[in-house]
Amino acid sequence: MSSVYSIKKGLDIKLLGDAEKTVVDLNSRLFAVKPVDFIGCFPKVLVQEGAEVKAGSPLFFDKYRNDIYYTSPVSGKIVEIRRGAKRKLLEIIIETDGKNEMLDFGISDLSGMNREAITEKMLKSGVWPVLRQRPYSVVADPKDTPKSIFIPAFDSSPLAPDFDLMVHGHGDEFQAGLDVLAKLTTGNIFLNVHAQKTVSKVFLNAKNVKINSFQGPHPSGNVSVHISRLDPINKGDIVWYVYPQDVMTIGRLFTTGKYDTTRLVALTGSEVLKPRYFKTPAGASVSNMVKDNVKKGKLRFISGNVLTGDKIEKDGFLGFYHQQITVIPEGDYFEFLGWGLPGFGKWSFSRSFPAFLNPDKKYRLDTNVHGGKRAFVMTGEFEKVFPFNIYPLQLIKAVLVQDIDLMENLGIYEIDEEDFALCEVIDTSKTEIQKIIRDGLDMMRKEMS
Amino acid sequence: MKALRNFIDKQKPHFLPGGRFEKLQSTFEAFETFLFVPNTVTKSGAHIRDAIDMKRTMIIVVIALIPAMLFGMWNVGYQHFLSYGQHPDVLTNFFYGFWKVLPLIIVSYVVGLGIEFMFAQIRHEEVNEGFLVSGILIPLIVPPDIPLWELALAVAFAVVFGKEVFGGTGMNVFNPALTARAFLFFAYPGNMSGEKVWIADKLDTFSGATPLGKALVGNFSNFPSVHDMFFGFIPGSVGETSTFLILIGGLILLITGIASWRTMFSVFAGGYVMGLLFNLWGANAYMGIPAWQHLIMGGFAFGAVFMATDPVTSAQTNKGKYYYGFLIGIMAVLIRVFNPAYPEGMMLAILLLNVFAPLIDHYVVESNIKKRLKRAKLALTN
Repeated sequence: MSSVYSIKKGLDIKLLGDAEKTVVDLNSRLFAVKPVDFIGCFPKVLVQEGAEVKAGSPLFFDKYRNDIYYTSPVSGKIVEIRRGAKRKLLEIIIETDGKNEMLDFGISDLSGMNREAITEKMLKSGVWPVLRQRPYSVVADPKDTPKSIFIPAFDSSPLAPDFDLMVHGHGDEFQAGLDVLAKLTTGNIFLNVHAQKTVSKVFLNAKNVKINSFQGPHPSGNVSVHISRLDPINKGDIVWYVYPQDVMTIGRLFTTGKYDTTRLVALTGSEVLKPRYFKTPAGASVSNMVKDNVKKGKLRFISGNVLTGDKIEKDGFLGFYHQQITVIPEGDYFEFLGWGLPGFGKWSFSRSFPAFLNPDKKYRLDTNVHGGKRAFVMTGEFEKVFPFNIYPLQLIKAVLVQDIDLMENLGIYEIDEEDFALCEVIDTSKTEIQKIIRDGLDMMRKEMS
Repeated sequence: MKALRNFIDKQKPHFLPGGRFEKLQSTFEAFETFLFVPNTVTKSGAHIRDAIDMKRTMIIVVIALIPAMLFGMWNVGYQHFLSYGQHPDVLTNFFYGFWKVLPLIIVSYVVGLGIEFMFAQIRHEEVNEGFLVSGILIPLIVPPDIPLWELALAVAFAVVFGKEVFGGTGMNVFNPALTARAFLFFAYPGNMSGEKVWIADKLDTFSGATPLGKALVGNFSNFPSVHDMFFGFIPGSVGETSTFLILIGGLILLITGIASWRTMFSVFAGGYVMGLLFNLWGANAYMGIPAWQHLIMGGFAFGAVFMATDPVTSAQTNKGKYYYGFLIGIMAVLIRVFNPAYPEGMMLAILLLNVFAPLIDHYVVESNIKKRLKRAKLALTN
């Protein structure tokens, strides 16, 4: 353990519906790979409806980076290729045959492999996209050599799943994955644990990595926060990051030769009757999780957490990078004089509601925006939940006026939309800040390529 | 509530584009969202949102102003009767002042909101809540006897040229309430300064000079006591006299976090430091008054608590707020002591620093950019 980094600015939003630490097999019938999960990916489909696939069979590749393949997580039949407006490819849905057949990519001895052979194997099997790069949060480019690789070993977001539980009993696979990653960078691999909450030996005894610990409120678990403290990104730098369960998938590819995406997914949220963990391959349909397991009423199903997750239907699919499903109530109701009454029981970061008198209360929050959109008026608010040496409001405005130079100068390479999630939540003006930042990142990426 | 909701839902189609009253859509929406927080749900980004919104923010500032406003009403009556040598009971004083101040408030709101509604409709936007605060601030920073038509003109000028031409709430450079006051100050100086205007319908033989007015001409005989100045039993603009109740309002703003403690604190610090400097200089009797007395005279406290902290026109970076506030304090006292024409300097100090706030921010942000470039250079050399 080298050092402890204390994050002071931030906010833990306390919600009802933490997942119990019990694990159930999900046994989902349908699975999907969603090209929209991969930022900047232009999918070229390789399969047709009705085709038979195995785990590891390619489904599509990226038109502009055609060595990156996206493969099926299970064996079975393609039942639907779902497209949206302008024929945008939304989901490739696979019905599992229950046999769980996997393509064999061969067991390999790392010591005899060079970097090319390793990337080749990862690309072909479809495990490569678990590696993402900063800036931009796109799938890593196999031609790049990152200056370091970051692995967050805890999640600080609301109702966060327990990473310790996810790697429990998988120490060998995890270490095998770390050994593979070590071959991909000339720099360090940073494994960042929570100063108190991380107790798993899998993390604390990991080799070939630098372990640092963090503490403090969300976003202390965000990878940008770790990068900013340990190996800040300057213009032109590339850093990769990957999550622990995906490291296990990489490990398995090399020790068993299979693309085995088995993982734990936490079902959380105030509207879930029995919040707990499910074991499943990637991309599973959530219908088995939530069937007879959610409260009545209009609900919002989220793949991911309440800050950064994607809205899905009740029979939707788990996102590629998500390890959590959250179910909260929809908030499409009118509230009489909601802004003027004292507002007991309402959640607010500002002290303009009595909520601040009871900081430990857990809330059942819904999706109501609680007000109309306005121009930026308040200042100094975002800074309280934004632990970077960056001026958030100024950066947002730089994106709005599309000033590329200014964005760069203000540090857009160092952050991601998820780092602005708390700003968006507490914003008095109800601005869609994450979307603005995403647009800014896309703009920069286009400009730089 | 349900019946009211149903009624609104029934009327709504008439105000939507294509309806009979589509020209009143913004106005309708303003009243609808005033009654009911809308049912919009999150579409992109985070799925949950804080309960706070602009209406909540603005209403808290209005609440914070109420103590000073109520006292101001009472004091208008108190000063009036005092000039006649009378001492009626609290309610008589209050209602005399109430009927003096209420028309000011009504004129300010009707003119200001009318223009806001018009501009919102032209822009097809929702009506901004900013004027809820400006509309109450303006009556509190004018003399009680200001002619209503002058006030109406000033409010119209402030809203149109102080705010709307820049794009509305959030985009303005100058504090709208102070813009209104500055307009009156320069257009109708006879009604805005001197010894006559600060007491409503005063007896001519009674001196109505404010402490600042007296201090400027070096008249320190029968100067009001510190007690009177702090609690506000002195002539002045309607809401500015009671430092005590202004500080209570300030406390509300600080506890709720609506106003920046950085700005508020540094305005007082700046005024105090400048007062100390004058103490050292001591060229005349005015320079010799205890530095802290500057903070309880005139509009200093009101400006520090309610005007300087306006987030739109103040510096926006946390570091910048220190400079911004400190300079306001310094300038206010400097103008007070040196300007021969006008006894009070708070309004001009704040408006001046409104202009410089973006420059202050520019340098603060620039230093952040420089640090980033330096780090990048350092990484290159290693």
